[in-house]
Amino acid sequence: MKAKIAMLAVSAAIAAIGSTTVLAQAKEQFFPVLSYRTGAYAPNGIPFANGYVDYLKLVNARDGGIDGVKITFEECETGYATDKGVECYERLKGKGPTGATLFQPLSTGITFAVTDKSFADKIPIITAGYGRADSVDGTVFGWNFPLGGTYWDAADMLVQHVGKKEGGLDKLKGKKIALVYHDSPYGKEPIALLQERAKMHGYELLLLPVTHPGVEQKATWLQIRQQRPDYVFLWGWGVMNSTSLKEAVATGYPREKMYGVWWSGAEPDVAPVGEAAKGYNALVFLAPAGQGQVHKDMIKYVYDKGQGTGKKEEIGEVLYNRGLVSAMMGVEGVRRAHIKYGKKPLTGEQVRWGLENLAIDKAAIKKLGFDGFMLPVSTSCVNHSGESTASIHTWDGKKWVVGPDHYASDQQILKPMIRASAEKYATEKKITRRDCAKEAG
Amino acid sequence: MSKHWPVLTLGAVLLVGLVLPIATGASPPGFYVEVLLGGLMAGVLYSLVALGFALIFKASGVFNFAQGSMVLFAALAVARLGEQMPLWVAMLLAMVIMVALAWLIERLVLRPLVNQEGVALLMATLGVTYFLDGFGQTLWGSGIYKIDLGIAKEPVMILDQVFQGGILVNKEDFVAALVAAGLVASLVLFFQKTSTGRALRAVADDHQAAQSIGIPLNYIWVIVWSVAGFVALVAGVIWGSQLGVQFSLSQVALKALPVVILGGFTSIAGAIVGGLIIGVGEKMAEVFLGPVMVKVFDLAGGGIENWFAYVLALLFLLVRPEGLFGEKNIDRV
Repeated sequence: MKAKIAMLAVSAAIAAIGSTTVLAQAKEQFFPVLSYRTGAYAPNGIPFANGYVDYLKLVNARDGGIDGVKITFEECETGYATDKGVECYERLKGKGPTGATLFQPLSTGITFAVTDKSFADKIPIITAGYGRADSVDGTVFGWNFPLGGTYWDAADMLVQHVGKKEGGLDKLKGKKIALVYHDSPYGKEPIALLQERAKMHGYELLLLPVTHPGVEQKATWLQIRQQRPDYVFLWGWGVMNSTSLKEAVATGYPREKMYGVWWSGAEPDVAPVGEAAKGYNALVFLAPAGQGQVHKDMIKYVYDKGQGTGKKEEIGEVLYNRGLVSAMMGVEGVRRAHIKYGKKPLTGEQVRWGLENLAIDKAAIKKLGFDGFMLPVSTSCVNHSGESTASIHTWDGKKWVVGPDHYASDQQILKPMIRASAEKYATEKKITRRDCAKEAG
Repeated sequence: MSKHWPVLTLGAVLLVGLVLPIATGASPPGFYVEVLLGGLMAGVLYSLVALGFALIFKASGVFNFAQGSMVLFAALAVARLGEQMPLWVAMLLAMVIMVALAWLIERLVLRPLVNQEGVALLMATLGVTYFLDGFGQTLWGSGIYKIDLGIAKEPVMILDQVFQGGILVNKEDFVAALVAAGLVASLVLFFQKTSTGRALRAVADDHQAAQSIGIPLNYIWVIVWSVAGFVALVAGVIWGSQLGVQFSLSQVALKALPVVILGGFTSIAGAIVGGLIIGVGEKMAEVFLGPVMVKVFDLAGGGIENWFAYVLALLFLLVRPEGLFGEKNIDRV
């Protein structure tokens, strides 16, 4: 009899523990983290991943989760390789009580690969400042969210900037612009827009691809020396960026005439070149370098408690901040979706509604502690990107200095291109466009 | 003559390709010389890494796939230690680390595999490659680190009286090429003139015969891997100062593979000449052949620099498998 009672007590205890676990699981929102901390792109992948993961930790430590729902996360090393990225996606998509909340692969190649899968899996893919340019069109790319801008936006803004420097876009006629790009889906994305602009303004576009990982560029820069372009647009990532700058120094190409996309303008890109990179410019969007309220919170709630992912002194670097902002937009998507579905763990499909109804205005930015680090973002079912604006920042030999001009991409040029490209994708993949009006109703 | 025609034909094609841009006036002479110099300087660096491959293959018959990773490991050691101490001390310490690594590889990897098939040894060095790549990053970090040799990075103009606009030469490239050339020369002397060098050559020629006259095989292997480690260190320091010390160095160093295929696995002279041919060939192809291919085949262009060396090595494998200076393999049955 005693044994029976003991068995019953043990069973009850196990059941109690089990039910507690279920309850705990029920209040968790799982964020998969696709990162690259090793390999050729680690110097850029690490600070971004640190910022991303730190923000998830901060929301738990400071706010007790998203509206009381605790965040759980798991990192998966992609090495910036598409095959490994897809493997990570497959491994993590079903984790957590409601599956993966969303993915942020930080790789255009991986984005291309998992976009097709997202239709079946119903999991949003946030690609803040990268990914497919045509995925702005939410009626075709129902699960992609290139929040804050695409490479077409970036290329458009760079052309506007050099046009302004020349005294007007019409003055670009007869000029030469060289695009030194990573020979990958990422690097190739801006070509269509630059070609379109070249037709409009009459500049000559030189395309100079650089093969992965981008450390062999001597011949590329010899061609630049021969062709003497008026401007060089740099579309690199990882070690390719610093190598380009080193080769520019070696061939005497003025750094002042070099303009990088927003992924070619962070500390790891210029630090190995140091003083010699002085004058180099790059687009900056969403999050420039520096610290604000969110960083103070980060130190107080995460780093001072020994929970920080990276080094304390690296808080506030460009890519760290971009990781923070990217994570924040995902978290805000979930918070927004709570309005419709309740404050509970949500599925990817439910989170999509939140991301399609993002309304991060100035007040929200200030409340979140990101004042000065981003501009308002609002999305819709049709427009999955929101407003895209950026500035130019310049390396002064020690730090990035943000210029006074703000640029917005010219939607008169971009919209038809996006529409046509998305249409082509829809036809190829036999996708029926979403009826956003009907869905809203 | 008849049996040499494939090699001669290939040589002739390469020579025509080399002179075509200048002969047809497609390139201004000054720019042509710049490309040529750029190729030669890159080629000397390839030779340096290729020497590491050739040394080990010559002495032990092992194709050391880990040579590129050794370059990365050595460069990481110098860069990270250099943050804490003077650079020359960091280099000395890194050398000690490379010798220790050589000893460990001999002890833990090679010795247990004595008399195994060549492919088993190759696979073992593949394992060493992955270990060094991963362990190097774990130990030293995955960032981009600097090695500052104190050489000015700004280019200088020379021969502006001879060529219109002058010829742009990067001082750092020039010094790197000189150092590499000096090292290559001293290694040749080491092999030809010192007793250890002669012992290494004896082991290379015949392991058993060398052992029978009292040359200790294990000791020689440690020596040869240490020399390869030293070569990796010099290559890592030079490349690291130019490109920054980061993971991709190991991949660049693999460019020495086609160099040894072209030059011959067992030849030091082959490593030198092969490096120069590959260096010049890939730069010329990228700069002059690239635009032609874009026009003719409507391609996106670029990337020739990456595959040219391997295609050239493949062609050499077809017409002369032992490489330019390699020993012909004759199997008696």
